[in-house]
Amino acid sequence: MSQVSANCPSCGAPVQFRWSSAVETVCSFCHSILVRTDLDLRKVGQVADLPPDPSPITLWTEGTYRGKTFQVLGRIIYEWEGGGWNEWHIVFSDGSSGWLSDAQLQYAVSFLVTAPSSLPAAGAVTRGHQFEFNQVTYEVATITRASYKGVEGELPFPFYGKSNMLFADLRTAGRPFGTLDYSDPTPALYLGEWVEFEELQLRNLKQFEGWAAA
Amino acid sequence: MNPSAQSVVAKPQALACPNCGGPVERRGFGYSITAVCPQCLTVLDASSPQLQILQKVEGAQNRRTPLIPLGSRGTLRGATYEVIGFQARAVEEDGETFEWEEYLLFNPYKGFRYLSQYDGHWNFITPLEAMPRSSQSRGQFPVFYDGRVYKHFSGGPATTTFVLGEFPWRVKTGDTVDTHDYVAPPYVLSAEITAGEINWSQGEYVPGSAIWKAFTLTGSAPPARGIYLNQPSPMAGNVGGIWRAFALMTAMLVALAIFFATFSRQETVFHNSYSYASGSTAEPSFVTPDFNLTGRPATLELGVNTDLDNNWTYFNFALVNEDTGQGYDFGREVSYYHGADSDGPWDEGSRGSTVMLPSVAPGKYYLRVEPEMDSGAVAYNLTLRHDVPNYTWFLIAFALLLIPPVWYTIRARGFETQRWMNSDHSPAGIDPAIADAFAGDN
Repeated sequence: MSQVSANCPSCGAPVQFRWSSAVETVCSFCHSILVRTDLDLRKVGQVADLPPDPSPITLWTEGTYRGKTFQVLGRIIYEWEGGGWNEWHIVFSDGSSGWLSDAQLQYAVSFLVTAPSSLPAAGAVTRGHQFEFNQVTYEVATITRASYKGVEGELPFPFYGKSNMLFADLRTAGRPFGTLDYSDPTPALYLGEWVEFEELQLRNLKQFEGWAAA
Repeated sequence: MNPSAQSVVAKPQALACPNCGGPVERRGFGYSITAVCPQCLTVLDASSPQLQILQKVEGAQNRRTPLIPLGSRGTLRGATYEVIGFQARAVEEDGETFEWEEYLLFNPYKGFRYLSQYDGHWNFITPLEAMPRSSQSRGQFPVFYDGRVYKHFSGGPATTTFVLGEFPWRVKTGDTVDTHDYVAPPYVLSAEITAGEINWSQGEYVPGSAIWKAFTLTGSAPPARGIYLNQPSPMAGNVGGIWRAFALMTAMLVALAIFFATFSRQETVFHNSYSYASGSTAEPSFVTPDFNLTGRPATLELGVNTDLDNNWTYFNFALVNEDTGQGYDFGREVSYYHGADSDGPWDEGSRGSTVMLPSVAPGKYYLRVEPEMDSGAVAYNLTLRHDVPNYTWFLIAFALLLIPPVWYTIRARGFETQRWMNSDHSPAGIDPAIADAFAGDN
């Protein structure tokens, strides 16, 4: 899979897509948010300076999940009343992609899946609601209203200017977890599992003053 | 090609407390929502650089000094953690207040953990993302997590009584949350319920000495008092094993007994019938003809069978070795009485008796016999059998083997009874099977 190159329609700097399926990226020079169409790159917005972020993960961090290596190529930063969290867009060596979330250093890996059954509408989802996907019982533990705070790198969908998004957090009796994402009119289902930091064998991490690199 | 990610995140600078002007150090990088001024204990909003005052503390009389100072680093479960927050929380039960300490641990890669301390008992606590399942609605019922059953121990509102350092959530003294503890020693699952939302965490019991070692603290850990809710029973691991060892040794004992029974010759070396009458002028004592004992030194069983009827006879015996003249003296009373009274027929004693001589060397022997009685007469026969299996040693060995498992079981039950005395559930209300389950496994 060859890398795709283009020029930023805003500043003319070269824009390189590391992941051929990327739909959106951010120009690393002028921070324009660029959406890829069949013909060209279109500027849809501008990223403000991101607030300092204590996540040890960063763009280009590499790791291993279930024996497959991945690299962080993009990121969405969400904010809710209790703080913020990161959804890192990870792309595996075979070209598939998923998400590594980091909420106050609690890590989880998830993937967009086709819901095996119909999902409740945004207004109908309540805490305690149970679902069964692949013989695992998921329960809606919290319903979070979040807003978009920033975006970086390459993403699998155009994501800009969204606010007041609804997420239903699905928990189980063990490692599996899920998210019902109501950002779009049709709810999206992400399923995955909680992971320990050391399981991911992350490399190319941020360094923290006074702390040895993990 | 990749831009370097090796940028270093600098530690935020200490800020000045808006109340007293003293420095408020920040150790939690960007995560801290609450920070407490170490000088004046004012609770500050650390989520913005302005450090707004959230709570002023009247006087510092209830200041507590953490056993592990803020900023200390220690290695637990293979990772380095720094103590960045400290709080004391209390529950009230039957008019009594129980207060414990919580230390917030932080590692910028691995995240947050906790230590709790009560009466010298420590727990290393990890927040759980999973939701342990309950057989019925949550509350007093057992919960299931990671293959273990956790029994409800206690529950109630816990109130924060003191805060120091930093926290990644809003906290101030007086905050109250509903808590429930479920135990499967050495683990405890804790549920904290706020506005209907449950946060679970899992604690594992850690001896104070391990905490002192991990944080290289001076002196020694305060001794643990009483039995803590998830303290592993010192007996729990042993009881099952000791019973298994007991079963194994009993089986060996039985095998040995069967072996001896099979290989005992049980040879009748002498049998004869006699009679005796009281008041007879004849000399009562007599000797039997010689008989030979061959083979290895072995048991010799003397059987006496009489026709006594509401009477008794005392037999004096001496087994004499013909060659050495050495003798064993022994005696046996045989008595048999019977009759009927208002309760119906009764009887007492027996017409026969046996004497077992434990180890008699081979050789030529005879038996001297001297019966005694007050009145009446008796007809009797004597039987000597050589190399007869003896089960007395077997019973003694069995009784001795039984002592350790019984002792451990009683101790283990006592430990569980003491543990559950501190729970919401009265000891009388505990199913003994539950106590057994805890005493028996793990």
